[in-house]
Amino acid sequence: MESIIRTEKLTHVYSRGTPFEKTAIHDVNVEIYRGELVAVIGHTGSGKSTFMQHLNGLLRPDEGGVYVEGEDIFATKEATRDVRFKVGLVFQYPEYQLFEETVYKDIAFGPRNMRLSEAEIDERVRESARLTGVGEELFERSPLELSGGQKRRVAIAGVMAMRPRVLILDEPTAGLDPAGCAGVLKNITDYREATGSTVLLVTHSMDDAARIADRLIVFHEGTIAMDGMPEEVFSRQRELVDMGLDVPQSAAIADALRARGVQLPSSIYTSRRLREAVVALAKGVAPC
Amino acid sequence: MPEQPIIRIEDLHFTYPGDSAETLRGLSLEIAEGSFVAVLGHNGSGKSTLAKLLNAILLPTSGKVYVCGRDTEDEEHLLDIRRSVGLVFQNPDNQIVANVVEDDVAFAPENLGVEPQEIRSRVDEALRTVGMYEYRLHAPHLLSGGQKQRVAIAGALAMQPRVLVLDEPTAMLDPLGRREVISTVERLCRERGMTVVLITHHMSECVNADRLIALSDGMVTADGTPREVFSQVELLKREGLTVPATVRLLYALREAGFDVPLDALSVDECADAVAALLLARGRV
Repeated sequence: MESIIRTEKLTHVYSRGTPFEKTAIHDVNVEIYRGELVAVIGHTGSGKSTFMQHLNGLLRPDEGGVYVEGEDIFATKEATRDVRFKVGLVFQYPEYQLFEETVYKDIAFGPRNMRLSEAEIDERVRESARLTGVGEELFERSPLELSGGQKRRVAIAGVMAMRPRVLILDEPTAGLDPAGCAGVLKNITDYREATGSTVLLVTHSMDDAARIADRLIVFHEGTIAMDGMPEEVFSRQRELVDMGLDVPQSAAIADALRARGVQLPSSIYTSRRLREAVVALAKGVAPC
Repeated sequence: MPEQPIIRIEDLHFTYPGDSAETLRGLSLEIAEGSFVAVLGHNGSGKSTLAKLLNAILLPTSGKVYVCGRDTEDEEHLLDIRRSVGLVFQNPDNQIVANVVEDDVAFAPENLGVEPQEIRSRVDEALRTVGMYEYRLHAPHLLSGGQKQRVAIAGALAMQPRVLVLDEPTAMLDPLGRREVISTVERLCRERGMTVVLITHHMSECVNADRLIALSDGMVTADGTPREVFSQVELLKREGLTVPATVRLLYALREAGFDVPLDALSVDECADAVAALLLARGRV
């Protein structure tokens, strides 16, 4: 697989030289491959947001470096500016950052800053609106009139419209109800399918991670504590709980069944797969 | 004679000014003193509106809300009602006003003109109750989300309310913060006899409630113990509410024709029930 982002010995210290000095991340070495959907997990203060803010040059490392498509993003001012277009960041509660008069203008803001042609801007706005389920009938409305879930989709569409090669979303489902969460997660998988982009999802929801990620990276106390396929990570339940994280309930049930002598493969950590496997077992068909 | 409910709602209707549609459409409920009631509903179901009607931030368009037997529309009792019902909201940053934790907790009793010595003892007790006494001299903005929400709860407790209403208090917290807040609330109810109304869309937070009320489009669609409500899988799905993975698994087995209970809510109960079924069928 082709690497798209690589960090080398990435270290960041907040308030260096003051009594509040705090090492947020320490010696983080990681490689993200093109087309991956990676969930970056950790509780508050684990370093996951600090890590992510380095990936598009918002924060400068105290030691180590970040390479996007092989290029050191801090080598020159131009490189740091370019990376803002290559790596798109959707912040927490992005709906607070909507500011244009209309939904259309808000989504168009990023592409317009990239100095694209009007036709290109229009095409991108329509495409990302479609991918995020923002109906064209909303284009002339003020973003302030929309519901919370709609606002968030508009904000996400605005970043998608810049067609970044890597899309990073920080807690994109926080505060949404179950239907809203499912909707945003589907937008993300649709976007990835349509564009083949690399996606990083920063979250503390194990359920979100279980539902869509190919790979999980778990941050703990400023370093990477786990990095692997969901089934590998979810099989380390006790450690996750000790780190203040949850385990998807289905993974916990599967584990409890194994402890009771039921043979279930380790790849079962979502509700659907668990139901299929257990019903198949009960019917006397071997689960696949 | 049965005890008087601490909250009584009679045919409550509410419409926001300028809205054509009703947000609450004929709600009737009684909440017993000392109980832990969870209110579930998707966005727009009317659950936050209900919270605001419980301490007279909003007043009914028609129908009645009684708190400790007092009509919330009766202005004479407004202060009493506000004191009886403490509210905690979703965003901890929007409800903390002071620069020091203990000052923040003292804010409401100060406004009520409580004697300084009495304030001191209330603040200390409230902070001990939520496990934040050691942080009394800290700056709130340096606390974690879960800690801030516990300070907000302490602020409500310093008014010595009889009912604590929490509107999605964990929506912005991580799993650890969520656990801190929910266990604090459970303890308040079980050990101090506080009536708790917890508004949430996290199913896992409702499992230990005495009663679960599901709201949809301004009406009650389910009301019972968590076991009773969660076993109504079809209804919950229709209302856009997630059903716990335990119940979904048991439901799938039932659909496939196997006899398993639907009310094995916890992971262990569920695993016991499923393992028993598989054992009986010789699959283990």
